[in-house]
Amino acid sequence: MILETAGLVRHFGGIKALDGVDIGVRCGELVGVIGPNGSGKTTLFNVITGIYRPDGGSVRMEGASIGGLPPHRITRLGIARTFQNIRLFRELSVADNVRIAHHQHVRYGPADAVCRTGSFHREERRMREEVEGFLSLFSLQDRRGELAKNLSYGDQRKLEIARALACCPKVLLLDEPAAGMNPSEVAKLMEFILQIRERFRLTVLLIEHQMRLVMGICERLVVLDFGRVIAEGVPSAIRKHPRVVEAYLGRNVPSGNRIHG
Amino acid sequence: MEYFLQQALNGLQLGLVYALIALGYTMVYGIVRLINFAHGDVFMVGSFLAYYAIERYALPLPAVFGAAVVGCAVLAVVIERVAYRPLRNAPRIASLITAIGVSLFLEYFTALNQLFGPNFRAFPRPFRVVSVQAGGIEFTNLLGIILAVTVVCLLALQHIVYRTRVGRGMRAVSYDHVTAGLMGVNVDAVISFTFGLGAAFAGVGGVLYGIAYPQIHTFMGIMPGLKAFTAAVLGGIGSVPGAVLGALIMGQSETMTAAYLSSTYRDGIAFLILIGVLLWKPTGILGSPRTEKV
Amino acid sequence: MELLTEIVGPYWIQIFQHACIVAVSALGLNVIFGYTGLFSLGHAAFYGVGAYTAALLMKEFAGENGDAGFLVSQSVFLGSLLAGGGAAALMAWLVGLPVLRLTSDYLGVATLGFGVIMKVLFDNADAFLPQLGGARGMTGIPRMTSLPWVVLALTAAVLVVRNVVHSTYGRVLVAIREDEVAAGAMGIDTYRYKAIGFTLGCSFAGVAGGLYAHLYCFLHPSSFDFFKSFDLLMIVVLGGLGSMTGTLVASFGWIFLLEGLRVFLPPEYLEFRWVLIPVLLVVTMLLRPQGLFGVRELPFLRSRV
Repeated sequence: MILETAGLVRHFGGIKALDGVDIGVRCGELVGVIGPNGSGKTTLFNVITGIYRPDGGSVRMEGASIGGLPPHRITRLGIARTFQNIRLFRELSVADNVRIAHHQHVRYGPADAVCRTGSFHREERRMREEVEGFLSLFSLQDRRGELAKNLSYGDQRKLEIARALACCPKVLLLDEPAAGMNPSEVAKLMEFILQIRERFRLTVLLIEHQMRLVMGICERLVVLDFGRVIAEGVPSAIRKHPRVVEAYLGRNVPSGNRIHG
Repeated sequence: MEYFLQQALNGLQLGLVYALIALGYTMVYGIVRLINFAHGDVFMVGSFLAYYAIERYALPLPAVFGAAVVGCAVLAVVIERVAYRPLRNAPRIASLITAIGVSLFLEYFTALNQLFGPNFRAFPRPFRVVSVQAGGIEFTNLLGIILAVTVVCLLALQHIVYRTRVGRGMRAVSYDHVTAGLMGVNVDAVISFTFGLGAAFAGVGGVLYGIAYPQIHTFMGIMPGLKAFTAAVLGGIGSVPGAVLGALIMGQSETMTAAYLSSTYRDGIAFLILIGVLLWKPTGILGSPRTEKV
Repeated sequence: MELLTEIVGPYWIQIFQHACIVAVSALGLNVIFGYTGLFSLGHAAFYGVGAYTAALLMKEFAGENGDAGFLVSQSVFLGSLLAGGGAAALMAWLVGLPVLRLTSDYLGVATLGFGVIMKVLFDNADAFLPQLGGARGMTGIPRMTSLPWVVLALTAAVLVVRNVVHSTYGRVLVAIREDEVAAGAMGIDTYRYKAIGFTLGCSFAGVAGGLYAHLYCFLHPSSFDFFKSFDLLMIVVLGGLGSMTGTLVASFGWIFLLEGLRVFLPPEYLEFRWVLIPVLLVVTMLLRPQGLFGVRELPFLRSRV
């Protein structure tokens, strides 16, 4: 297990957003997290990445406990993420958005920056090349100087993934990467996620509502409802799982009904 | 002990005046998220209007209040219209800068000889201040009047906010401008009304301040304004009970520091308390904690 | 040098020096507020810390007239300036660590409060160090600030800000301004970098304060109260948050407007100076809410992407 949670609890006031969540993700796996609105999916991501502190339970990354660490420490341990409601650095250029993610790998000090020493120039050049690599992966290289806020919605989503990759993570958390995309874009995105997983040897955990995407590429699904894991398994099994059907469609629905996106 | 209680009463009197000013800060912040630095100067204008009403026109006390209230309300509505409304969709800092600009303008413009003039004025007392001794403590009718007027103002505010149409509009706009507009609330009118109402209370405060501390000048609004604003933040900006609570704390801290330490440390202690409270509760004593949705 | 003084007169040279000093301090505030997005209303307090520290050291180590020989006194002066910057930085770090947990307006109010507290301390400073003068003001500071010193300081300040802003460290600060949560998720220790940005900006104020002390040779607590913090805030916003060019232009514009009106207004209208200035300020903000320069820069201050 590269990433593991046990008995994870997080409440907001009286509401238990996470109520004892146990999930485990094996190295290299592509796992989908699904569940109705408000079931705790994004809260799970926020607790794993340190944006919220857990109220109970543990989070382990490669065996080390990371529950309650500040976000930057968790990112440095190899977990990067995207946000459901795109959070780019809007007033910065596309290239700068990716460069900032690369900050932790920059090897020059503040004094080098102030004096513009050789190592400053060398590192900046290296970083420019690396950024260029990430951008071309997403066909964003022609927009490198554009402000992030001026990108189309689809490009903004892509830039978020590029930025997360530039953190050089082992585990990538994608929060609704296909939100607002049309079917052909979703198909391309699926292909793309598989590609980057191969290329960067990533473990991917993704939240998604578009069942096409989830069923199409995930090797395993975790279903949350009311802050608990109600089912877990391969997509074909989850599709027919009675508790999942119930969570999505309510009771009194003949089981075997398929879930559509 | 008597000395302490006497100081506590003095602090209460000061705190009540601060509370009247703090209401305007907290209401305006609640509705447009603007620190209205010009508010303290509107309070000053209220004091001067009262001064002229008494000194030059010898108006009866209710009319003095009326003049200050109406004058301040109109002034604040005009300020909002001219200096803040055009910037409502601009970065928030822009209207903060115009607020500082308006504040400076009011201070120096009214200090011109053609207006209030640059000198200190002795504020004429519209009634005799009498006091009764009880248990070694002096109670004045002035404190009684300030207390009564403040309580009436607070009850009126409570009524307006929770029992009237415009009050419902205020609550809606403070929650979400755009949605309130879509629901048929006249956002501009509600914001104007809020500025006017806050300024009206500052006008009342200006009259009472003049009576209680009878030396007025055109820069008199700066420190009380700053204190009242601090009080609003201390209590939790956006919250009316918070503003009153904060103002009472400010009044006490200031009076007690002057009484037991030295008046030179007065402002320092007040702000030390403010910073301490913010570190303990980052949105003030009665402020609702703001959690960002991620 | 003498020729220049001959032509424009010592008065305007002094005003120019003052403008350079204000620009150094304002550049610091631009790092704090413009680039890092930390709303600080207490910048003048750090200016004051630097001024009093530098003045005290200079008086202690170089005598009242700075008559220890040219090279020695200039070196001591440089040391005092750096110490002034260092003292302001230290103070910023100590204050920043707790206070920077607050956000937006609450941070502004807390720093405003800190400014008021420092003013009270300056007022009462003679109680623990008589040389500081307290509310009567500090006198007997040698006049060490000169045209070369201020030009050197301003050039250094501009270069430091430019080089930091266009490095990974500057991008980190701007990222925090844009979205603190996202910056944290990119592996950036936001709290630490906020403290660093704040401290860096305040150290500029400290150096500027030291130069100011040795320009007018007299320090009074009222030169460092919250109004002076507002002045700096207005300069930075007027120029354009996150524009070095804007800060420079606004600093010089502000000081020369203040002094120019003092000189060119007919004496009987002199009290209109502070009526005109706020009107200009408000009108400028209404016409250009993003500041005169927005985020635009002169060519040599741009990044080369």
